[in-house]
Amino acid sequence: MKRKTIGFILVALALLALPLALTQVGTAWVRIANLAILFVFLSLGLNIVVGMAGLLDLGYIAFYAVGAYVWALLASPHFGLHLPFWVILPVGALCACIAGAVLGAPTLRLRGDYLAIVTLGFGEIVRIFMNNLSSPFNITNGPKGITRIDGLSLGGLDFRATDTFLGIDFTGPAKYYYVLLLLLLGVIIVNLRLQKSRIGRAWVAIREDEVAAKAAGINTRNVKLLAFAMGASFGGIAGGMFAAMQGFVSPESFILHESIMVLAMVVLGGMGNVWGVIAGALLLSFVPEFLRYTVEPAQKALFGHLLVEPEVLRMLIFGAALVLTMRFRPAGLWPEARHRREMKEEA
Amino acid sequence: MTVLLEARNIGKRFGGVQALKDVSLTIRHNEIYGLIGPNGAGKTTFFNVLTGLYPRDAGEVLFAGAPLELGSPHKVAQAGIARTFQNIRLFGNMTALENVMVGRHVRTQAGVFGAILRTAAQREEEAAIRRRAEELLHYVGIAHRAGDLARHLSYGDQRRLEIARALATEPQLLALDEPAAGMNATETAALRELIEGLRADGLTVLLIEHDVKLVMGLCDRVAVLDYGEKIAEDSPAAVRADPKVIEAYLGTSAH
Repeated sequence: MKRKTIGFILVALALLALPLALTQVGTAWVRIANLAILFVFLSLGLNIVVGMAGLLDLGYIAFYAVGAYVWALLASPHFGLHLPFWVILPVGALCACIAGAVLGAPTLRLRGDYLAIVTLGFGEIVRIFMNNLSSPFNITNGPKGITRIDGLSLGGLDFRATDTFLGIDFTGPAKYYYVLLLLLLGVIIVNLRLQKSRIGRAWVAIREDEVAAKAAGINTRNVKLLAFAMGASFGGIAGGMFAAMQGFVSPESFILHESIMVLAMVVLGGMGNVWGVIAGALLLSFVPEFLRYTVEPAQKALFGHLLVEPEVLRMLIFGAALVLTMRFRPAGLWPEARHRREMKEEA
Repeated sequence: MTVLLEARNIGKRFGGVQALKDVSLTIRHNEIYGLIGPNGAGKTTFFNVLTGLYPRDAGEVLFAGAPLELGSPHKVAQAGIARTFQNIRLFGNMTALENVMVGRHVRTQAGVFGAILRTAAQREEEAAIRRRAEELLHYVGIAHRAGDLARHLSYGDQRRLEIARALATEPQLLALDEPAAGMNATETAALRELIEGLRADGLTVLLIEHDVKLVMGLCDRVAVLDYGEKIAEDSPAAVRADPKVIEAYLGTSAH
């Protein structure tokens, strides 16, 4: 037990020091870390839908888009609204939650591949809406997107500027990092607690055998809707943070590729297992970025000149890594394990 | 004895096949009621209609004096009817204990916010769910497998686990769909003991079974289905002597 506590404290300290170390390498890396955390957050939201309840959702990024646009519309010169974050974030989560229920309601009878197709369509519909809601009333400003979005500001603390605290410079991205870390902690706790709750068990039961779940007295309709709505709310919160961090949103950020990436993070990491999903999300966020910075110099060092377009090679290596992982660890890097161990801990 | 369940003129059609036709039967409180018939007679269809998995075409069911809302399985479970399946349907990747805990769902109410905030009420309920599930595993005799994944259990233990999960919903009527299918003689004897124990504890049991010996020895009354119609309903001895039953079910060559 004591060792576990020490390990926990060490991990916490490392996480707290990370942005300061990354700032030394380059602020770009702090931004990359922030996006990685955002993707971990998204994956954990999707994990509720896909991992726990077993509902294959290929349009999850739509909820991220809803959250991002809610923030963009309520805190930018576009409508001249500049609401504080404690209004926007809950509104964003609520809108995404409603969108989740809207997607969930007509798809309750669908399963597996059929559900995947409908959710895929839903994701595209949302993106196309964002793209076209510029006339007759200009709501989303179409493909041009919304610019000059307010950043996060907390009690006079501006998240765009650099602050010096105790002689250490905290850049804007570094400050966002800490907020995101806090939000991430929240979503991890929510995931872990749901997993071992009446509702979480009902989700897993539906994933395992829907007919048996019904017969065992689970109102599968409500419980599935709940999964969609919960997952979507987290997507909405992540989207809001994304808009605040980037200061700019456009439909381009919410393409199908993003949905697939988030799903890949959940599947690669190990569906249903919170730690596996986190590992998967971190890996898939960092590896492409890492390759972005290493592929070109490595080629130059080896061959003296560029043999393959870095961008092509990067995606090639990335794709091969994905295929290999799924070949050798088909259940994910760190699959859900429900073992005796778990029972012993609680006894 | 008071009537617990009364099915009136249940009808069910699949395309051109009349799977159930005007099936009426009454199950009395605390009896073991057998439902037998040749393959394809409509026994499982009747089960599925009764437990809300299939929508019915005609008829109604009175349960404990009130009309039963057929068509939503969770409401049937809520009303107090629990079932098992002919081909065992467990939550394979959940532990035995968790399987039974799922059965408590319908009698508990903690929601998402309770779980996230870990309220006192939620923790208390969760502990009670776990306690009850442990008791039920003990009751059906597989407490030692509580932490194992359901799919790793032996066939006989899986059957028991399914019964424990059904019992977790606090049913008044337990409907067992061929519980002895695929069991050897020892396992069947143990199952019989378990069912008798359930009745002694106040439960009413509806049993579909192919094992004629088990049905005849265990049931108070037996109904016989043939081509979707009820052709007899009586004590096992009387049903066994019924010429219509002999012809339909046991075949004309029976002595």
